[in-house]
Amino acid sequence: MRLAILGAGAVGRSVADLAGEYGHEVVALADSSHATVDESGVAVADALGSKDAGDALGSHDPEDVFEADYDVLVEATPTTLGDAEPGFSHVERALEDDRHVVLANKGPVAERYEELRALEADSAGSIRFEATVGGAIPVCSTIEDCTPQSVTAVRGVLNGTANFILTRMAAEGLDYEHVLAEAQDLGVAEADPTFDVDGTDAALKFVILANVLSEGGFSLEDAEVTGIQNVPGSALDLAAEDGRTIRLIGEATREGVRVGPRLVPENGALAVTGTRNIVQIETKNAGSLHNSGRGAGGPETATAVLSDVGRLPSL
Amino acid sequence: MSELDEESDDEPAETDGGVRAYTVRLELVDEPGELLRTLEPIANNGGNLLSIHHERGNITPRGHIPVEVDLECPPDRFEGIVEALREAGVNVIQAGADRYGEELNVILVGHLVESDLSDTLSVIEGNEHASLVDLSLAAPEGMDAVSSARLRLAVDTGRADDALETVREIADEKDFCVVEPLLGGDA
Repeated sequence: MRLAILGAGAVGRSVADLAGEYGHEVVALADSSHATVDESGVAVADALGSKDAGDALGSHDPEDVFEADYDVLVEATPTTLGDAEPGFSHVERALEDDRHVVLANKGPVAERYEELRALEADSAGSIRFEATVGGAIPVCSTIEDCTPQSVTAVRGVLNGTANFILTRMAAEGLDYEHVLAEAQDLGVAEADPTFDVDGTDAALKFVILANVLSEGGFSLEDAEVTGIQNVPGSALDLAAEDGRTIRLIGEATREGVRVGPRLVPENGALAVTGTRNIVQIETKNAGSLHNSGRGAGGPETATAVLSDVGRLPSL
Repeated sequence: MSELDEESDDEPAETDGGVRAYTVRLELVDEPGELLRTLEPIANNGGNLLSIHHERGNITPRGHIPVEVDLECPPDRFEGIVEALREAGVNVIQAGADRYGEELNVILVGHLVESDLSDTLSVIEGNEHASLVDLSLAAPEGMDAVSSARLRLAVDTGRADDALETVREIADEKDFCVVEPLLGGDA
């Protein structure tokens, strides 16, 4: 497949780096201000090297990407809430041109799911978005394999930063602020960790899953979200007294989406440690399935994008 | 609790510690006066009747009528009530705590002590489907700072959500953070 990649952050650049290894070709790559387009194959290392040196990624305008002869648009621009722009318009444009779209950007899938599906219905192209939920972990494709109708609920840990903080608090008996500072030093938490610790990031992922289960109907404002900022070390101590611990757990069902700190068995499947993520897919006829792994990171998330690309039919 | 105050006045020592709601399932023979004969031992032994569910249309395989009696009494009196019922020849199918099929843990975080912890607990115990089994309090910063409490509740089978809703409501009112257990799925 010929890929046009929008977004040259950790995920976009990893997709560009790894595309060849997975048998695909990059014909366009853009960040928010510049693009490089070459229908015989973009020189990825040169383009990214130039960007890293503080120069333009390429000599084209990002608009030119849409004019390239590509099969799949990889939407890896930063997630935005509300109208999910400019990501949504990028997807719209590619579908109107009868191209496929693979998203790593959660915004359009969480906030405007029905509109995406309507655009897809009128297009020869299709959309996939495995990378929006749980990084490298196959979540959407597992639900697809089980068939969404036979999945009753999806629960789990889909934010590594919050999970890291809770794990450290429990292990070291430290308070939230202390561990957050440590996580920032380690690069596990961003300088502004708000969306990770207040549950927004996890909520977007569970909203996407609720949309998959119900064929739409949910956006972030439908989710009931509580963060971990108010969980003191003493609460983790009390949980441990009884063989339990606290994790930021999300739940997506056809009834709705909830994300909040929850008590789970200390040695249970959902009490993953560190930045690890896990989802439990509850099925009607086959009990629960657990998928666990790295829920973030450039190469990790890029593998989910490239798996999606591999699942697309030829246009 | 006020209904029992009269009883408490008679024997204050025995009723110290409050009252708790219990459910007793009985099977009665379908004869006139059976129900009244059943209720006497409850009242005579310090129990306060809350409700009686008399399932007349629902005969057991042995031809008896199942009756569910909700009552409240001081915990130390409950055994005596069940014993008195049995002595009176009433067939007691299920009594008291036996009905609680599930246990759940919930953690509250906030100004628990300043906001009247015992009031919080009695609101939760006021839910007819929940009963507090034990409580563990951690206040490392002192009683007037934010503290955490773990509550272990016994709840009627299938009523965990109902019990949690009561917890959420009081937590909302007193601005506590609730760490709920994850119900459903094999976590």
